[in-house]
Amino acid sequence: MRRLLVGVPYVWLLVLFLVPFGIVLKISLSDIALAIPPYTPTLDLSGGWAGIREFFSQLDLENYVFLTSDDLYWKAYLSSLQIAVIATFLTLLAGFPIAYGMARAPEEWRPALLMLVILPFWTSFLIRVYAWIGILSTEGFLNQFLLWTGLISEPLTILNTNTAVYIGIVYTYLPFMILPIYATLERMDASLLEAAEDLGCSRIQAFWLVTLPLARPGVVAGCFLVFIPTLGEFVIPSLLGGSDTLMIGKVLWEEFFNNRDWPVASAVAIILLLILIVPIILFQRNQQLNREAEQ
Amino acid sequence: MAVSGKDDVFAPWKDATAEPLIKINGVTKRFGDFTAIDNISLEIYPQEFFALLGPSGCGKTTLMRMLAGFETPTSGVISIDGQDMSTVPPNKRAVNMMFQSYALFPHLSVWENIAFGLRRDGLDKEKIAARVEEMLKLVQLGKFAKRKPHQISGGQRQRVALARSLAKAPKLLLLDEPLGALDKKLRQETQFELMDIQEKTGTTFVIVTHDQEEAMTVASRVAVMDHGQLIQVETPEVIYEQPNSVYVADFIGDVNLIEGSVSGLDSGAELAWAEGRDPLIGQPGASLSKGQSASFAIRPEKIAISAEEPQDRRNRVQGKILDIGYLGNLSTYHVELPDGPIIKCEVGNRSRIERRDFTWEDEVWLSWSDTAGLVLPR
Repeated sequence: MRRLLVGVPYVWLLVLFLVPFGIVLKISLSDIALAIPPYTPTLDLSGGWAGIREFFSQLDLENYVFLTSDDLYWKAYLSSLQIAVIATFLTLLAGFPIAYGMARAPEEWRPALLMLVILPFWTSFLIRVYAWIGILSTEGFLNQFLLWTGLISEPLTILNTNTAVYIGIVYTYLPFMILPIYATLERMDASLLEAAEDLGCSRIQAFWLVTLPLARPGVVAGCFLVFIPTLGEFVIPSLLGGSDTLMIGKVLWEEFFNNRDWPVASAVAIILLLILIVPIILFQRNQQLNREAEQ
Repeated sequence: MAVSGKDDVFAPWKDATAEPLIKINGVTKRFGDFTAIDNISLEIYPQEFFALLGPSGCGKTTLMRMLAGFETPTSGVISIDGQDMSTVPPNKRAVNMMFQSYALFPHLSVWENIAFGLRRDGLDKEKIAARVEEMLKLVQLGKFAKRKPHQISGGQRQRVALARSLAKAPKLLLLDEPLGALDKKLRQETQFELMDIQEKTGTTFVIVTHDQEEAMTVASRVAVMDHGQLIQVETPEVIYEQPNSVYVADFIGDVNLIEGSVSGLDSGAELAWAEGRDPLIGQPGASLSKGQSASFAIRPEKIAISAEEPQDRRNRVQGKILDIGYLGNLSTYHVELPDGPIIKCEVGNRSRIERRDFTWEDEVWLSWSDTAGLVLPR
């Protein structure tokens, strides 16, 4: 019985992570072919031991070598990293004051404020990103509003630029930044700030010396929760970004669906996963340290 | 109790020339409709160990928070060392506070917690280090300097909090239920440690507590509060032996209260308490008039218990033993009088193998001297 219970998560990981990962890895080592599925070789067990040996002998690292030969790919990885870092920073700038305000709000308001943060999840992510097209386009609500107020005389080009991508990412991932920061700030003992003031801090000093260091675990968790999915983000750059918005998620999509080059697309995906492993491990360590500190 | 270096007893409140450190003048604090502090005036002198004592919600914490600067009085003036405090924020007061939760910064080590206030003053590094070491020595925590607050025990945390609040050498130290989170034995030890430290540093301490034993042990003077008012401000002895009201007598220690009316004021105060009984005789605890309804207050340890009727005392009543509580160092007898009231009486168990004369249902006499009890107006 105990083995069964412990086994369930392992079976889950095996079936839903390791097996698909193995398939993608295998495709990335294959060659493109005009066939269904569009790669070769395929494993044919009827050929016996010799057939399997033949199958493995045809696998090679050709696609990975190809990724290094065309500068599109490493530029896309770097550009994705840059966009993810900047977007995470912008989300932190927007999210921290909101989380701080929520944690400082009267206690009876907090559930309602929390609800407002979570509410957007109740509609489809895709629809919400499409809605931003309506807001940001040349004839969109934002331009109409700015023209009406007289702040601008010509409509701004926001849609299909990196600015629109940043707006989309900050908007979409804001709750992932707010919630962990709010959780740490809300738990903070209010008498700590009084103690800091009592010992000679101004309010602003108390914020820098007490509130911010104590919110650090929440800030770190929030940053990882935004950074990790943003790095591989595909929908937002393809809907809101322009032709010059280079992100690896978009490249992957084009390789897979437009070029029908499954092996190269798989190689791109494997490299992306390897890049993500570093922040994911760091995130896990941060969570572990926090748990230890609380004990 | 703090005693000055001279031979006479430390009692600046009796000295007309002494200058108080804190002057609270007609201070009222309202939160909406609720009056937390109701027109209080109080003077606290340098080097006093002053206790604010009362049940929760009596306003003692609000009064302390006003001294620290976290609350401002609705009306009235608080001045510390001659300076009006109404516009001085907490971080600009020569007052430090030890919080009930200790409020130690969890991300800083013991050393850094103690240095926190000193760093805000912009002292140079050597001076800060020297002062922190001095504080660590004072509270005997030198070995734990590098630990974080979650790595030390509750008693150690309490001492770090004390060291941190004393590090800046404040004129006034406020202690909010400082021993509330400690277990009884540690609490008693720490009470004496606190008194030691107060004497060594010569700082004025104001302690807020709901624990009357704690207030009595540590304080030079105790202010008993109720509903935002000061009921009595006196030394622990006077508070215990000369309470000015039934409230104070009942709040501090154990007391028997017998209700009646004042029947005579010739020799002490006489209280008629039951039909056909001799009146009880005691000291008047406040100004009384004849016929006024009053309570007779007598402490259990001041009552003698005997099998025979004592002839030499005017205050004597007969009753039946209802309950006996054996507490080790003393025994408590609950004696029911024929007219209903139950009187508690304490007898010390002086020798180890005592022959106990009384048992349940025994008829006994209770007696006490004319000066043992107080007659207090109701």
